[in-house]
Amino acid sequence: MNILVCIKQVPDTKIIKVNPKTNTLDRSSAPAILNPYDAHAVEEAVRLKKIHGGKVVVLSMGPPQAKEAIKKCVEIGADEGYLISDRRFAGADTLATSYALYKAIQKLMDEDGIDLVLCGKHAIDGDTGQVGPGIARRMEIPPLTNVIKVEEVDPAEKMIKVRRKIENGYEIIQSTLPCLLTVEKEINEVAYSPLPNMLRAARYNPIVWTVDDLKDVDMKQLGLKGSPTIVGKMWPPAKSDGAQMLDDEGDVKKQAEKIVSLVLEKRELFEAKGGER
Amino acid sequence: MNIEEYRGVWVFIEQRDGQLVDVGLELLGAGRDLADKLEVDLCGILLGHHVKELSNELFEYGADKVYVIDDPVLANYRTETYMKAVGDLVRKYKPEIFVYGATANGKDLASAVATEVMTGLTADTTILDVDVEKRLFEASRPAFGGNIMATILCKKHRPQMATVRPKVMKKLEPQPGRQGEIIEETIDLKEDDLRTKVLEIVRNAKKAVNLEDADIIVAAGKGIKDEKGFKMVEALADVLNATVGASRDVVEAGLCGHDHQVGQTGVTVTPKLYFAIGISGAVQHTVGMANSETIIAINTDPDAAIFNVSHYGVVADAFEIVPLLTEEFRKALQVKTEEGGVAHV
Ligand SMILES: Cc1cc2nc3c(=O)[nH]c(=O)nc-3n(C[C@H](O)[C@H](O)[C@H](O)COP(=O)(O)OP(=O)(O)OC[C@H]3O[C@@H](n4cnc5c(N)ncnc54)[C@H](O)[C@@H]3O)c2cc1C
Ligand SMILES: Cc1cc2nc3c(=O)[nH]c(=O)nc-3n(C[C@H](O)[C@H](O)[C@H](O)COP(=O)(O)OP(=O)(O)OC[C@H]3O[C@@H](n4cnc5c(N)ncnc54)[C@H](O)[C@@H]3O)c2cc1C
Repeated sequence: MNILVCIKQVPDTKIIKVNPKTNTLDRSSAPAILNPYDAHAVEEAVRLKKIHGGKVVVLSMGPPQAKEAIKKCVEIGADEGYLISDRRFAGADTLATSYALYKAIQKLMDEDGIDLVLCGKHAIDGDTGQVGPGIARRMEIPPLTNVIKVEEVDPAEKMIKVRRKIENGYEIIQSTLPCLLTVEKEINEVAYSPLPNMLRAARYNPIVWTVDDLKDVDMKQLGLKGSPTIVGKMWPPAKSDGAQMLDDEGDVKKQAEKIVSLVLEKRELFEAKGGER
Repeated sequence: MNIEEYRGVWVFIEQRDGQLVDVGLELLGAGRDLADKLEVDLCGILLGHHVKELSNELFEYGADKVYVIDDPVLANYRTETYMKAVGDLVRKYKPEIFVYGATANGKDLASAVATEVMTGLTADTTILDVDVEKRLFEASRPAFGGNIMATILCKKHRPQMATVRPKVMKKLEPQPGRQGEIIEETIDLKEDDLRTKVLEIVRNAKKAVNLEDADIIVAAGKGIKDEKGFKMVEALADVLNATVGASRDVVEAGLCGHDHQVGQTGVTVTPKLYFAIGISGAVQHTVGMANSETIIAINTDPDAAIFNVSHYGVVADAFEIVPLLTEEFRKALQVKTEEGGVAHV
């Protein structure tokens, strides 16, 4: 069973800072990491490969540094990694991103065949979760999003059953193969990489393709030109007006009384409601 | 594409087991405003099996028209059937704006449809507006883990699409008896030709903690330190008949279950009153509560970011002020009961 995993290198949004003057993100303030959801996708691919054989290939679109994220996937156990990297891909929104990745996937399919495509639930920077379903639509295969468990795979019968997380519960859905899954963190624990993988990853050099390596590319669908959405204004989210401070020279009792009277003004909160406690 | 041919504001109406999901009604509220500004119809898109009756409720919540496709293959949500149905409707009726709830299925559908009809899609928006002159939809959203807000535009493609987070927009007051037009369409798909099948849907029994519907939330952050501090916060919640919320750090410290977590990876809440006690105000927390009607923050650090999103702030030690508040509220609310004879609980 050949599994392709789409992976993205992202800035660590836990520590990224916003430049207060320009209202843009200071990317140099945060290290670039493998999108955490994609690590789970690679882990799941490696797990399935152990059961069903085949190979795990990862694919990324990004700047040359994104090779590091691919090497991280080799550490987790991926067999091969491809990076598509070209200025002509730059500025892509999700529609143009799924197009570029799809073109690379087509080329990989011609070489080897793909039974399953995995993506993360979303990337922690752009945070849309739109690329996975976009790729599936372009490949004309079913997308199964928010997967928390692969229940069953039967490569011979070309069938897969997964558990999808939905509001307040889950559903079990069956699909033919090939199909595309986007995975949640609950799907597995990313294990520590065994030493041989670490050594292999250190030496591994991902294969890099430019637009010219792909076939039948419609240039109008690439990068900024191929992107229907554009980012207009950006601003930091916090409200700037701030709170009215109830100081009372730090007299806690007075502060408490003030809060109580403020709250009690909202009478509707304290009127009887049909006897329900 | 001639974008002048595209007119009207559409809302995808999600239903589960024949019940309308709230976010669809909320989006009718937000969509009403956009449609009025653009002077066009507000339309609901309702798919499922035996769902036509739900249209009346949609009219009461602001829809002028409802496009219905009622077919057994649409009984449960599946990307392949819903994408086909919605794609066909878009190609036929050409709306200029189309919004979906940012639920698991709403996001899945919108992403697939955007690729199907080749248009732009803004994810997880929290603010919607429109430039009437240019008929340009301005959809704003948090990105980079909530560190920044961005307005996304889609100038040359139609429809202009967005998913919108639940609980951010407000439903209108329903107008009983308000009428509208139902337009019935069909879908040409046979069950045997489909590649996916929903085998089972499991919904958790009623959630123990219902933050989404709470009027008052008393939320605890790491400043309450330990179990004793958490109990103290629970006591305050108890006299107010409030629901207890928590920051992620409190959940991770094992002081309460994940059901209580407010924020990016918890729930988004919009109560009438939100107490933030010992919460620093990290964006991942505030994206989940900043739209609350009144926010009161208590923190020992006068520079805590939580004060930026709050309406009232007190620099105080939670261990001193919370027990006082509990006591004061207990007295005040009891007195009221005696005076007016109206029990609040
Ligand atoms: C502030 C801001 C807001 C934005 N808002 C929008 C928006 O609302 N709509 C829109 O269309 N675009 C938007 N974009 C652009 C968007 O971030 C990029 O298109 C991005 O390349 C892909 O989207 P994502 O990060 O949201 O990925 P997601 O769709 O969240 O990623 C899901 C999965 O797809 C795969 N994947 C995604 N990108 C790659 C890649 N480069 N290589 C390999 N696999 C990948 C991974 O498996 C990943 O886990 C925005 C960009 C910025 C800076
Ligand atoms: C991808 C991602 C998703 C996340 N999702 C969420 C989420 O959904 N929800 C969420 O909450 N967080 C989330 N976080 C975590 C978030 O970044 C913060 O770490 C977290 O909200 C901090 O919790 P806190 O405010 O309780 O703790 P701290 O940041 O430790 O703040 C404690 C506060 O208590 C104050 N304090 C200390 N002692 C007292 C006292 N005696 N009385 C009063 N005040 C006192 C301190 O001054 C401080 O401001 C997420 C993070 C990431 C990276």
